Amino acid sequence: MRERRQVYLDHSASTPIDVRVQKAMLPFFGEVYGNSSSAHQYGRAAERAVEDARERVAAILRCQAAEVVFTGGGSESDNLAVRGAGWRSRQLGKSNRLITSPVEHSAVTQTIRQMDALMGFEAEFVPVDSSGLVDEAAFEQACRQGGAIASVIYANNELGSINDLTRLSLIARRHGVPFHSDAVQAGGQMTLDVGALGVDMLSLSAHKFYGPKGVGILYIREGIELASAITGGGHEHGQRAGTHNTAGIVGLAKALELAHDENAERSAHFSRLRNRLVAGVLQAVSGAELSGHPVQRLPSHASFVLPGIDANALLMHLDMWGISASSGSACKVGDPAPSEILLALGYSPEAAKCGLRLSVGTSTTTSDIDYVVDVLADASKKLRNLYANDALRENGRQSAAKPAAVPER
Amino acid sequence: MKERGKRVVVAMSGGVDSSVAAALLVRAGYDVVGMMMRLWSDPAMGGAAHNRCCTPTQMGDARRIADQLGIPFYVLDTQDIFRGTVVEYFIDGHRSGNTPNPCLECNRRIRFEWLLNHALALDADYLATGHYARLKPDAAGGWLLKRGIDHNKDQSYVLSVLGQAQLSRAMFPVGDYPKARVRQLAAELGLHVASRQDSQDLCFLGRGDYRDFLRLHAPDVMQAGPIVTTAGDVLGEHGGLANYTIGQRKGLGLSYREPLYVLATNPLRNALIVGTRDQLGRDCLRAENANWISGAPPDSQFRAQVKIRYRAQPQRAEVVVTSADSFHVRFDEPQRDITAGQAAVVYDNDVCLGSGVIAKFEDA
Repeated sequence: MRERRQVYLDHSASTPIDVRVQKAMLPFFGEVYGNSSSAHQYGRAAERAVEDARERVAAILRCQAAEVVFTGGGSESDNLAVRGAGWRSRQLGKSNRLITSPVEHSAVTQTIRQMDALMGFEAEFVPVDSSGLVDEAAFEQACRQGGAIASVIYANNELGSINDLTRLSLIARRHGVPFHSDAVQAGGQMTLDVGALGVDMLSLSAHKFYGPKGVGILYIREGIELASAITGGGHEHGQRAGTHNTAGIVGLAKALELAHDENAERSAHFSRLRNRLVAGVLQAVSGAELSGHPVQRLPSHASFVLPGIDANALLMHLDMWGISASSGSACKVGDPAPSEILLALGYSPEAAKCGLRLSVGTSTTTSDIDYVVDVLADASKKLRNLYANDALRENGRQSAAKPAAVPER
Repeated sequence: MKERGKRVVVAMSGGVDSSVAAALLVRAGYDVVGMMMRLWSDPAMGGAAHNRCCTPTQMGDARRIADQLGIPFYVLDTQDIFRGTVVEYFIDGHRSGNTPNPCLECNRRIRFEWLLNHALALDADYLATGHYARLKPDAAGGWLLKRGIDHNKDQSYVLSVLGQAQLSRAMFPVGDYPKARVRQLAAELGLHVASRQDSQDLCFLGRGDYRDFLRLHAPDVMQAGPIVTTAGDVLGEHGGLANYTIGQRKGLGLSYREPLYVLATNPLRNALIVGTRDQLGRDCLRAENANWISGAPPDSQFRAQVKIRYRAQPQRAEVVVTSADSFHVRFDEPQRDITAGQAAVVYDNDVCLGSGVIAKFEDA
C-alpha cells in the first residue's frame, strides 16, 4: 500500500505566493497604508511604491512605465482591452468586428460574445489546428476585413500550446487591427518582451507566477486608445479607476522580477519534471494521449485526454490520494460540460469530458511525479471498469429484481 | 455499527438525516467521504434549481456541512444513468397502467449499485445513507434489515429491494434514532440543517407534480378516456389514467346515486373503472420480481405483515411463495387501495423480509 502524500499539480490554476514576495508585500499591510492618490506623506509613500513597481514591470516588458496599467487581475485586463478597444472603435465609427480564436480564456470569449449579443458587435472566431494553435492564413483572412481588436491567447490554459505572437501580431498590424494577447498562463515562463512579441496589449495576472491574487497588468502600447471600461477617478491614466492595491502591485512586481531572474532554472526544472510526467502517464494509462502541442507548449504544463475516464470522477480519486489537478470539464456541481477547448480541437463530446491537466511548480519533486503516475495508473483502471459496467447496464433498464452483485473484496 | 476506522462513503443530500448520518460516522471514528449524486433534472420543469433534491442550494449546504465535519465532498454526475433507469422506469410503469414507485428502483440501481460501486472503487468499505432503517446481524452470519426505531419515519419499504451483497456494505446511522432526536443531534452538532423540512415527493419532478411531468414526457398516458362501471356503463370522461389512484373518491366529477371509487384502470382501453364502496377492496394480491433479503423466503407459506405502499400500515396476511420471483398475499382484512406497480413489502414484525411489485388485478 502506498503512503498518501500531498501533491499540488495545479499551478496553472494558481501558484503559492513566494516567501520573498510575501516579505516584500508585508509593509503595505502595515505601516504604508496611504492612498496613492493623496498628496500627503502617506499618499506619497504609497505612490512611490506603485510607481517603483511600474518601472520594474516595464523593465521586464521592455516598455515605458506609462504603458503599464495595474488592474484587478487577468480577467479584468482582458475585459479592459476588449471592451476598451471595441468601444473606442465604435466611438470613431470604425470596425465593429472582434476577431478571436475558439480557445481563448473565457474572460475574452464571454466578453466578445456579450458585445456581439447585446451591443451590435460582430464576433469572428478564427479556427485553430489540432494542437490549439491559431491558423495563420485564416487569421490573415479575418484581419483583412479590419477589426476593432484581434485577441489571441499566448499560451492556452487547458492545452499549454503557445501561439507565435510575433507572426500573428505582424499580420494584425499589416491590416491595422489592434492586437491583444492574454498572456496570463505564459507570464513567468515565456518572454514578455512586448517589442519582440509585437503586441499592442497584453494581459498578465500575478497569482500565476507566485504572486498574489487580485492583481494584474494590462500593457497598452503608446498610441493605442481604449475607452475606459472602469470609470471613476483618473487612476492609471484614466484607463482603470480605483484605489491602487499597493501591496498587490508591489507583490506582482517582485514576483515578476523573480520569475524573470530565475527563468532559466525554473524552465529547466519544469521541463524535466513535465517530461517525466508525460512519459509516465502515457505509459501508465493505456490509450492516453497528450493534448495540445507536443513541444511548443509551456514548460510546466501537461494535458491529456484519457479516453473512457470521466474527468470529474478521476479528480475525485486523485483528491482522495492528496493530488490536486484539474480538468477542462471539471465542475463542483456534478454537471460537467464537455471542454469547449477540446471540442474546438475536434474531440468528440465524450472525449471532451476526459481531459486532465497537470501543471508542475517550483516545489514539485521527482518523487511527486512518480507518485502521481502510480496513483493515476491505479485510478484509471478502477474507473474504466466502473464505467464499462455502467454502459452495459444502461441497456438493460427495468432489470430483473434480483439485486445486482456487488463485488466482494 | 460495523467495523470502525474503515472508509465510509455517505450519500449526502444537504438535509438533516444524511448530515447527521455523516456526523455520527465521523464521531465514531470512520474515514468518512461525502458524496452527492447530481441526478437528472428536467429543463422543461425548471431545471435543477426546481428539483426536489440536489439543487445548487442543497449542494452548497452539503458541501458546507462536509467542510464543517472536515471530510472531503464530491458531486458525481449521475444524470445519464438515472434518467435511463429510474425516470424511464417511472414513465414505462405509468404507460402500462401501473403506479410505479421509482424510489425502490433508485435504491436498487442507483444508490446501492452505481454509487456503491463508485464508493468501492474509491477504496471505501461501506456506503451509508440517511435512511431510517436498521441493520442487525442474523444468526447465519448475514444481515437483517429492520424497520427504523421511529416507525413514523421508517424507510425499510424503499430498501426492501436490497440483498445481502448490498446490506453487507450498507450503513444506516440514523435508523437507531427517532427523528426528533436526529433533529436535536443536528442542533447539538451545530449543523445548519436542523430546521429544514423533510423532503417530499419524487426528487426529479421539478416544478409541478408527477401529473405535469407525465403530461410533458408521456402525453399518451394523460389522454382523456371513458370512466366505466364494472358492468361496462360509461359514466363520463377522465383526463388521463395517471391522474387517478386506486381507492380515490374525490375529483371524479361524476354524479351517481352513491359515492363512486376508482377500482382499477384498463390501459388497453384507456378506461378508468369505478364502482361503489362495497366493490372496493380486495383481500389478495400477486407480487412479481420478488426479492428476499436473506436470499430466500422463510418458508413456502407463512404468516407475515405486508405493506402495500410507503405510507401504509403493515397488514396481517398469509404469504404464499409461488415461484422464485413471485408470491401471493392473502390479507386477513380486505385492503382498499391495492395498486399495481407499488411494492408489497413483507415484514416479520420489525424485520423486513423482502418485497415484490404488485401485479395487475386481472392477472392476480
